[in-house]
Formats: sequence, C-alpha cells, structure tokens
Amino acid sequence: MNSFFARRYVIQGIFIVIALIIVARLFYIQIIDKSYLLSANNNVLRKVVIYPARGVIFDRNGQVLVQNEPVYDLLVTPREVKDIDTALLCQIIDIDMQGFVNRMEKARNHSPYRASIFEKQLPATTYAQLQEHLYKFRGFYVQNRTVRSYPDSIAPQVLGYIQEVNDRDIERSNGFYRPGDYIGASGIERSYEDLLRGQRGVRNQMVDALNRPQGIFMEGKYDTLAVSGDGLVSTLDKDLQVLAERLMKNKLGSVVAIEPATGEILAFVSSASYDPNLMVGRERGNNYMKLLNDPTKPMFIRPIQASYPPGSVFKVVAALTAQQAGVINAQTSFYCPGGYRYGRGAIMRCTHVDGATDLIKSIQRSCNTYYGYTYARMIDSRGMSGPKAYDLWRESLTKFGLGSPLGIDLPNEKGGFIPESAWYTKRYGSEKWRSSYNISLSIGQGELGITPLQMANIMAIVANRGFYYRPHLVKAIGEKGIVKDEYREKIHAGVDAKYYDPVIEGMSRAVNMAGGTATSVRIPDIEMCGKTGTVQNPHGENHAVFFAFAPRENPKIAIAVFVENAGYGGTWAGPIASMLVEKHLKDTITLPKYIQDRIYNVNLLPKTAKKEEVKQAPSPAKKDSVKAGQTAQAKANKQEYFVHHSQVRRRND
Amino acid sequence: MTNLNEKSFFGRIDWLTILLWFILCVIGLFNIHAAVYDPENPGLFNLATNYGKQSIYIFTAILIAFSILIIDAKFFISVSPIIYVVVIILLIIVLIVGRNVGGNQAWIPLGSFRLQPSEFGKLATCLLLASYLSTQTNKSPNMKTLLIGAAIVLLPVALVMLQPDTGSALAFFALIFVFYREGYVGNTFLLLSGLAILLFVLALLVPNEWILIAVLFVICGLFAYSLRRKRKYLISIGLLFLASSLYILCVDFAYENILQSHQRNRIDIILGKMDDPRGQGYNLNQSKIAIGSGQLWGKGYLQGTQTKYNFVPEQSTDFIFCTIGEEWGFVGSILLVGVYLFLLLRIVHIAERQRTAFARIYAYGVASILFFHFFINIGMTIGIVPVIGIPLPFISYGGSSLWSFTILLFILLRFDSSRKGLNG
Repeated sequence: MNSFFARRYVIQGIFIVIALIIVARLFYIQIIDKSYLLSANNNVLRKVVIYPARGVIFDRNGQVLVQNEPVYDLLVTPREVKDIDTALLCQIIDIDMQGFVNRMEKARNHSPYRASIFEKQLPATTYAQLQEHLYKFRGFYVQNRTVRSYPDSIAPQVLGYIQEVNDRDIERSNGFYRPGDYIGASGIERSYEDLLRGQRGVRNQMVDALNRPQGIFMEGKYDTLAVSGDGLVSTLDKDLQVLAERLMKNKLGSVVAIEPATGEILAFVSSASYDPNLMVGRERGNNYMKLLNDPTKPMFIRPIQASYPPGSVFKVVAALTAQQAGVINAQTSFYCPGGYRYGRGAIMRCTHVDGATDLIKSIQRSCNTYYGYTYARMIDSRGMSGPKAYDLWRESLTKFGLGSPLGIDLPNEKGGFIPESAWYTKRYGSEKWRSSYNISLSIGQGELGITPLQMANIMAIVANRGFYYRPHLVKAIGEKGIVKDEYREKIHAGVDAKYYDPVIEGMSRAVNMAGGTATSVRIPDIEMCGKTGTVQNPHGENHAVFFAFAPRENPKIAIAVFVENAGYGGTWAGPIASMLVEKHLKDTITLPKYIQDRIYNVNLLPKTAKKEEVKQAPSPAKKDSVKAGQTAQAKANKQEYFVHHSQVRRRND
Repeated sequence: MTNLNEKSFFGRIDWLTILLWFILCVIGLFNIHAAVYDPENPGLFNLATNYGKQSIYIFTAILIAFSILIIDAKFFISVSPIIYVVVIILLIIVLIVGRNVGGNQAWIPLGSFRLQPSEFGKLATCLLLASYLSTQTNKSPNMKTLLIGAAIVLLPVALVMLQPDTGSALAFFALIFVFYREGYVGNTFLLLSGLAILLFVLALLVPNEWILIAVLFVICGLFAYSLRRKRKYLISIGLLFLASSLYILCVDFAYENILQSHQRNRIDIILGKMDDPRGQGYNLNQSKIAIGSGQLWGKGYLQGTQTKYNFVPEQSTDFIFCTIGEEWGFVGSILLVGVYLFLLLRIVHIAERQRTAFARIYAYGVASILFFHFFINIGMTIGIVPVIGIPLPFISYGGSSLWSFTILLFILLRFDSSRKGLNG
C-alpha cells in the first residue's frame, strides 16, 4: 500500500460510471426506442399472402361458366441472381434481352434483397418448361396464382373480367386491396366482388439474413388461412347462351331472355362480343387495347347501356297504359286508312290499309293508325292540358321499368330516356302542345330511349300479366344458395291483369294467325306471343326488334331481340327469337335449315365497322413495353356510347 | 511455502471471483449455442460446432486454472521476462507465418487450432510490467521508470499494430490505470486524457475546426478572467489553449490522412455523420436492431430471430452481446453488466489487499485489460464506441481469448491466495 491508495476510488468510479453509461444506453435502445423491434421484424418477417381461390361461377344447370386456372408468377430476388443462362430464360418465357434487362432493373429498383415479380401469369405449359431449368436460375422463384378461365368463351359482358387493382381501388378499399391483388372490373365479377374474392390468408414467414425462408413465426400463431370466395349460380342457361351468341355473330345488337316467373335472365347477349379468355393472361393488355379500339365496340354492354327507341313493340305498352287510363278498351276500334293524319299534310303511315281495326288486330297487324288515335286520346282528351296528361302517361310508363335503371346486378346499367313534359315544353317553347307534336311516341319512335333489357322486361310483365321481378343474373350465392332480397320482390306495373288479355291475344295472332306480322317464325305446338318492331334509325339501316314470350299460358321465357341495322324486324330478329324460345322450351329447333343458315351466315355489321379479329394466341411480337392497362382503363371510362339521338340532343340543351 | 495445508490453501482462494468467472463462462457457452443454433437442424451436442468447441475450451480452461493454482506464485514472477520474450517472438513470427483472417495477420495455425499471440501479449505485458514496477517501489515515481514501463507496454503494441490489429493494440493502453494507480501519471494526466477524447470527438463533429478553436478561446478567456489574480493559472490556461488548438488541427489532419478509410467510416457512423445501414454501418445497425428488439425481457433462449437467422455478423465472437441483448432483453443485459462490474470492482478490491507491489500492480493490469474489453466490446454493439474487433472476455467464442483471460485472472488469484506468505 503506497501513498496513491486513494486513487483506487477514482478507478472504481470510472468503472461504475462506464457501466452506468452502458446501462443507460441499453435502456434507451431496448426500452424507449421501439424502432429497433420494428426493424427486427422487418428483417426477419415476410408476410406471405396466400391468395384465396376466387369463387367459381356456374350456369343455372350447374355447368361451369368461369373457373380458376393455375398460372405462375415468376419472381426474382436481384441480389441472389448469379451466373444464370439469360438467353435460355428469355427463350423459355419468351422475352428479349432488353426485356430481361428492363425487368431486372425494375426489380432492383423495388428492392435488391426482396423478391419482386419478374413476369406475371406464365401459363402451365411455360411453367412446366421453366420448372425443368429453374435450378439453373438462382434467385428466381415461382409463385402460384390462379386466373379466370372460361371454358365456353361465352357471356363476357355478363361475367366481366378481373384486373389488377389500381391506386384508386386501393385507396377506396381503405387498404383492403394491396398492389398485385385482383379485383372484379366489370360484369358480375365486379358486382359480386365482395363475395367472389374470398379472404386472403397471411403466413408469417421468417427469413434469414440471406432472405432464405426459415421457419414460420410463432408456429403460425399469427397466420390466417385463405378462405375461398363464394361460388355463384348464374341465372344464365349455358346452352341457350351459346346458341344466342352464335345467332348474333356478325351482327350488332342484343338478346335478353328472362324467365318471367322469377326475373332470372336466361340469356344475355351483347354483340359484338369477344372471347372472355382474351382478358386473361400475359396478352391481356394488348387485347384490351384492341377491343377498346374495335369500331364494333365489343366492350359496350348493349343490353343495359344502349338505349334505342323501341319501335312497334312499344305498342304493347301503349295499349296497356291506354286501357288502364280508360281511354280505350278491348272493343275500341279505329278506322285505318293506311295512316294516321295528325296535322295538315302530316301522316304517320302504316304498312297496310286495314280499315276497321280493334285492339287485338292493332297488335296483330302492328297498326300505326290505331296508336295514333290512342295517343291522341291519351294526351288530348283527358280534360287536362297536354303536358299534364303526358306526365300522367309517362308515370305509367315508368311503372313498366322504363326511364330508369331496372337494378340488374351488373355495374353501369343505363336507365334509358323518357322525356318529361317540361322537356317538350322547353323544346316547343310553350305548354300548349298536344299529341300531334310528338305523335311518334305513340309507336315507340321519337325521343324514347329504352334498353334491350327494359324491352325484355316489358315482355316479362306482359307474360306475367302485370308484374315483374327485377331482372338479375345471379340466382344463388355460396353453398347455402342465398338469393338477394331485392330480386325476390314482386313489382307491379300498374296495369290490371284483365287488360293484358286482348294484347296477348293480339301478340299470339301476330305469330300464329294468318295476317300476323311474324307468322314466319311460329313454332309448332307452342303458342308463342310476339311482336315485331322496326326502329327508324336516322343514322343508317333501321334496327330490327322482336319481342316474344311463350308459351302463352304459364310462360317460361320472355325475350327481346334487337338487331341493329337489320331492317325489318320480322326478317332477322324474329327467327332469332323464335329459335331461342323453341330451344329453351323443347330443346330442338324446327325452323327450316335454310333460314337458320341464312341467319348464321349473314353479316349485318355496318360497312364502316370491319371487325378486327383479336388473336388470343401469344402474338409473335414480343411485348416488352410496360403494359398500357392502366391508361387504357382511363380511356375506357372516358369513352361515351350513344345510340339514341335524343340523348345527344339532351346533352346539347 | 505452498500446500502446507490443502484445506487452508483452498480456503484462501477467492472463491467469489472464481464463481463470477464461471458464471461468465457459462453465459458465454449458452449464448454461443444460441448464436450458432440452427433451428432447421437442432441436433444434439456436437463437437464440430462452435458451441461444442467452446465446451472443450472451457474444460481446458478449468484444467489450466487448476494448474495455475497449484504452481508456486513466485514462479510467475521469475518467468515473467521469459514469457514476455516468448510472446514478443511469437508476435514477430505471426507477422511472418501468420494466417490472415479478416484482414489481420493475427493467427498462428497449430493443427486444428489457431493461436492468437496478441491475446497472450496482454498477459505477458502485465506480468513484466508488474515485475519491473514492483522493483521500483522503494523510489518515488520518476520519469525514467515511467519511460521503461511505457516501453514494456509499447513494444507489443507496435508489433500488434503491424498485423494490423488496432483493436487489440488499443487494449494495451488501458494499462494507463496501472501507471495512474502507482503514481507515475497524475490526476492532471487523467483529466487531460479525458479532455483529449472529448476534443477528438468534437473536432470530428464540428465541421469547421476554427469554430471549435474560437469557442475554446472564449471558454479559456472566461476562465482566465475569473482567475486573473493568479498568474500561475493564467499561463497554464494559455498553454492549454494553445495545445488544444494544435491538437484539434492535428486530429483533423490525422483523421483525413492517417486513418484508413474503414476506420474513418466506423468513427463517422458512431458520430452519426454517416448513415449506411446496408454497407459500412451494417454490423452496427444489425447489432443495435438485435439488442433493441430484445425489449425488457428478451425473446427467450434460442428465440432470437436476428441471432438465429444470422443477421448479425461475428455473432459468436465479437458481437456475442447481441445474442444476450436479444434473447435476454434489458434485464439479462444489465445482469451481465452487473456481473462484469462486480468482477472488476472485486479485482480492484483484491488488488488493494495485496501485500506485494507485484501482486497489486499485476491486479490493476488485469482489471484494466478486462475493463477495456468489457467497455469497448459492449460499447461497440450498442453504438457508443466505434466498431473495434475485440472479444468480450470469457464470453466470446475462441480458445486463445478464453485461455489468455483465464490465465490472466487465475495468476492473480494464485497471488491472492498466497498473499499472507509472500513478501516482495
């Protein structure tokens, strides 16, 4: 012990101070600063999303309309890629060298240490080839996904398609969707998205410092299983749909067939159509652009988005509403001199000169004169001003589901257009207008805009003698077969059942009795009630329309066929409707073969709209540019479709 | 003199220190196991793993410890020059035939083992220093003794620097405590050392050294004003100011021109001047993440994900504290710090109860070396000192390190056990 004994305390003091500094620092990084825990989890945890199988869609007889098909996303972790045979990889997945470099660059920008998608949706055949060589491609992995597949390539507008979510979808979903997820973008894929998508599962995969998968975090305590989406049973009848699409090939227009007793849609054709399989897979972006630019507008869902003046078939509604209003009855008869004179030198002509015509005959023969008189009585002789009487009539039309969307389970349904009296008042500059001002409404021409779905629904109402169910495309959801309440509600059309009899008789005679407008399409052993229509088209050839329901008693099908630019309704629309009705009721077609062939083979596409064939097979051109899907989507939203001229005019007002 | 009575001999051993030593070894063993644990392939005890090898090292260390306890204490005094010479020769040999591991030529391959002479350098230096200084205690501390003592320390430092193993070399400087305790350097020196470290950090942190010098000038001016009556202090303050200014300029110069770039980077990262968690700062960042994610109670034995999945490099050697921090949390960490502190204070306590100057000086040498390793190693893993690759005594994996520290400690215990019968 020497004189510097006290210095031991200084030394011990230094030891203690340093230990305290260490403890304080530990306290800070272990207790106060939580960011290290977060970083540790980021280091080690990879939330692996387990994608649920999307719900399968069946037709009403249990046949598959949409199913899932496995595809394979190729992922890459750039840091792990070493000495690979780039040329071989490019060859297998069918890209060029520049494409490889671009993709690697993109992946590296995303993260050099984490896997990102190198190429999406490789088909099973490519995958099989790739699998053989995958061990040579260090840093590349394959992840299973499923995509939609459509075994019969039918009903694209009904079924819709799915696409990767965009930023807006993600934002709107409050974070439910994440980049790379798929979402129903149209059709029932979109309207039943919540049910079809199922529930994603998450696996908390742990990885080591080299990003190699290790165990599952906490033995899967925080993992969730994927729950498959609900299956949907569609109301469509696949066989009927296939036939309807075949019949509508090379024509523009719509077919809607409804089961009157339930409102279930049996067939729903929008032509021009396309193969729904085009909207799947690696060529999707290209195909999508081609479809968008196709002048026949295959992406346009005509049955619910196009509205036309209905033409003569509207006489059915006119006859019913007029009876209900009491302006005519079953015995009311007008004299037809071959036209209705509604002003000096102004004649609305018939195609015939029938003389005395009663209600039944007026429908059977489609007499314009009769409805000229009826409309005149409706507007001019009810002891009130023209506009007032018109509005009263208009209201009875809306009860038939006209003028507003019917509420089908498809997105973007349009409501058509029935002008209000104010619209005419504004147009004529005064309230003192009468039936003669817009007499063409009486026969379904003029400003009326009605969607083919509404037309078919009118037929369903007539078939049911006074009521309808909202037309819909899905009859059962999931295993329990739930039906949405809104589609079980019986809606009355505001016209008493008794008034339907003469109209139905007229429609029956139109088909089944000599002198009818559609006798050429009558079906043996089935009393089909029908009504032809020819819609004047200021832009070109007239549109052909045919409505029908059958059988007369206890009807099973109500149908509207609308063929654009096809001329007279009985020629093209009638046979199509007839064949579909017979097919549905008897599963045969008795119409002579030559008529069938004529329909299958005719090309009624407007000359200007030469349909470009869209190829499905991988096109020889290598598509390496970044996909234009998003911009195309934006364009599609902007694109506007007009068929009805009155709508154009309304916009200009 | 020795072994007069077995019972009383063992009774005189400081069992408390042995207990602390053993606790640290066991903590080390468990955490090495955790660090090398492969969850895919847990297996049983395997001699091929670091864990298995460390068990052997510990077993061997116990044998060595026992051997030391039965050797005559005087033996160590007499052989200290020989040991020193042997180690110096080994340090020279390693420069010629050594194996280069991680940029340092520090290892001599001996069959399946590798010998790291610099670890034994500390032991040899402590022994010779104690031996030399203890012969000088009859005189009052003088410059000549200080210089010879310093030379004993600086010779191995120079050789280790040549490897170059800066970390191990720095550890020798901890022996400043010995010189301090023996009176060769004063409180002023200690304060000046502290000031030098502070100025070093400031010089690197403050972007323009002239600003720092200006601030320093103002502070010195204030002191000078308050002490204006005492001329003696005024001169000291003036000198201090000039020396500090010169030092600051030198630090900047040395930093830019003498330090190697990786050393500069390590310092920059500690000072927060550089943020590169994927490159230069990867080790430190991952180390802090591992320790920080341990939270209060830790993730549990073998549950440390950062450790298990190899995010932390060198985790069974230099970064072993990460495993402790992650799996045992704050509680486990402070217990470990507590055990170390207790050991260090115990050694100082033992030092002061020695009758011979040799034993006392040697004890302070042991305390200094252990303290330096403890502080620098843990400090680097939690980001308060730059990353310097030195082991955590008794805990880090490695035979050379474990044996040399064990020998270091048990020679002290041997002296302590015979303190009553030894005159020096």
